[in-house]
Amino acid sequence: MRTLRLEVVTPDRKVYEEDVRMVSVRGVAGSLGILPNHIPLVTPLRIAPVKVRKADDTVEWLAVHGGFMEVRKDKVVILAEMAEKGSDIDVLRAKAAKERAEARLRSRQENIDYRRAELALQRALARLQAAGGSEE
Amino acid sequence: MAKGLRAIKRKIRSMQSMKQMTKAMELVAAAKLKRAQLAAVAARPYAEKMREVISSIASGSDIRHPMLEAREIRRTGYLVLTSDRGLAGGYNANVLRLALSEIGRHASQDEYVVMVVGKKGREFFRRRKIPIAHEIVELPDSPSYLDIKSIAKAAVDGFIEEQYDELYLIYNEFRSALSQVPVKRRLLPLTEDNLGGHRAAYEYEPTPEEVLDALLPRYAETLIYSAILESKASEFGARMTAMGNANKNAGKMIDTLTLQYNRERQASITLQIAEIVGGANALK
Repeated sequence: MRTLRLEVVTPDRKVYEEDVRMVSVRGVAGSLGILPNHIPLVTPLRIAPVKVRKADDTVEWLAVHGGFMEVRKDKVVILAEMAEKGSDIDVLRAKAAKERAEARLRSRQENIDYRRAELALQRALARLQAAGGSEE
Repeated sequence: MAKGLRAIKRKIRSMQSMKQMTKAMELVAAAKLKRAQLAAVAARPYAEKMREVISSIASGSDIRHPMLEAREIRRTGYLVLTSDRGLAGGYNANVLRLALSEIGRHASQDEYVVMVVGKKGREFFRRRKIPIAHEIVELPDSPSYLDIKSIAKAAVDGFIEEQYDELYLIYNEFRSALSQVPVKRRLLPLTEDNLGGHRAAYEYEPTPEEVLDALLPRYAETLIYSAILESKASEFGARMTAMGNANKNAGKMIDTLTLQYNRERQASITLQIAEIVGGANALK
């Protein structure tokens, strides 16, 4: 079985490095599944969970907050300002953040920063999905 | 005489506690230096990867982007990196002197914008009534990307929005634990030096322009982050050296004071004996 090497790098550290069979991401232009031998590609990513099928066929989830992905023949590098493994995510905190962001979006006041609240909500959702996926 | 002796003894004691303090600060700075260096190394793969991709886009086709293009310079942005605390030798003084001499070249305040990291820099510019566009103080010893994102973004956005037409970083470059040199680096517009020539054929989704649009600001922010990490390492290096010197000087002072103390003690004993002998002779 062919594998490709996945690296997830943030400015602070390398979050993830592993040989995997498949990486599923959500790019700005749509969802992408990357298998070994993919054509070299660069695309910015949305704030979304990334699904990884590992060499032993188990599935792992990562929360990746934006950034972009570089694909080469046998290697995928995801560069993001923030990224976490699903198993490292504090679910309670992410839930609280989600509720906070939702409340702020609902409040419909003039003086709130919608874009910021929306991004916070997306981040919280990505975290929750990544954390939930890894528990299965 | 006894009074003089006590004064010297007191001085020795205060010198000793000072020596302890500088020793402790030296050790702490050494430990933090190590951590700061590790952080600087850990940040490297991200910046390098980004540079690789950007340079391959930039060299692969004739794409134009405002961040890659030099324009006529009407205003200049300076981002000055200093520390929050002193006791680091010439660390802040050197970098601020360089910044001031750069700013001094401009005829009026309309020609430059100053952004600053660290309390020392902030106070310095405030005292000189130089307006500060953005500032960030009290960074942790090993700042994360999120800690500095606000100023990095502000600095890059200022260029994109044409508030200034070039951006310089002024900070202490880390040469070694013993040597830190204040430098001025042009960050924006990005040039060949910043990018290097690397070529790889990629597909871009959605388009090369849009990918570049998303990447270039991030890349510039990453360069700022690297510079901040480097200047942190420099700070601890400078503090370690300064405290090492202070420690050595305190040791020397203690030695001279001890010598002086012993001399005075000997003098007072001699005087007492002389008095006794004088008294005994007088009785004969």
